[in-house]
Amino acid sequence: MADQQDFADQAMEYAPQLYSAALRMTRNRADAEDLVQDAYLRAYRSFHTFQEGTNLRAWLYRILTNAYINKYRAKQRRPQESELGEIEDLYLYRRLGSMETAAASMSAEEQFLDLFTDDEVKQALEDLPDNFRLPVLLADVEGFAYKEIAEMLDIPIGTVMSRLHRGRKAMQRALYDYAEARGLTTTFDEKHTATHTD
Amino acid sequence: MGNCTQTIRELDAFLDGELPTDVREHIHEHLNDCIDCLQAFDFEAELKQAIRRKCRNDELPPGLLGRIEMCFDEDFDGDGVIGPV
Repeated sequence: MADQQDFADQAMEYAPQLYSAALRMTRNRADAEDLVQDAYLRAYRSFHTFQEGTNLRAWLYRILTNAYINKYRAKQRRPQESELGEIEDLYLYRRLGSMETAAASMSAEEQFLDLFTDDEVKQALEDLPDNFRLPVLLADVEGFAYKEIAEMLDIPIGTVMSRLHRGRKAMQRALYDYAEARGLTTTFDEKHTATHTD
Repeated sequence: MGNCTQTIRELDAFLDGELPTDVREHIHEHLNDCIDCLQAFDFEAELKQAIRRKCRNDELPPGLLGRIEMCFDEDFDGDGVIGPV
């Protein structure tokens, strides 16, 4: 059986990433701190059930996700299960793809997508309804496999895939709205045109 | 080489590294020949990286680690033993 000191030695290094994930889940600092603390406590108390040699990070995320679903989601007033409207595939690419090409030719160093601020991307993710947000968070931000996400959320792999697909498209629509609201789309059109007429 | 609709349908699973080798190879072949799909795949791959980069950089609140570690020293279940049951 793994002991107390083993747990502290192995598990605490994941605290920064677990805290970021908890913030995306709860959307506020106080709840995120409580959630991380709660998850560590649960993990610590059930560390004897952890199988050495398996993925500790995935095990911790599973506990974090469960703690969120059981405790914090209940107190949020938003509907837990909600649908997203129909959004076409490649939503953002069809609108900004040509600008990205233009940006790449202007300055290869600058990543076009860095035009979105960290806060905008976080907001776009956090605004997704729970049932879409958790799969997108666990896949795109945390890099877990479909199978791992299916286990964490206790849903079939096919459901993980469809929620990911639809959640990502909704996030793209939100990002496009930010780009448009900031006038990014027109700025780029002008620059692009200017480059070509010079 | 497969067609564009089929290729775009596999985009998510391709970028997520969830496709079997043979399907992956079919997609690679198509992307070698189809600049439209290649650009779409590149864009989505960059977007995925940007989301990852921008959504996991929050600073750990000072004191949180200490508070967590302090929990480990308490006898939560009151059985007189500190640590996991």
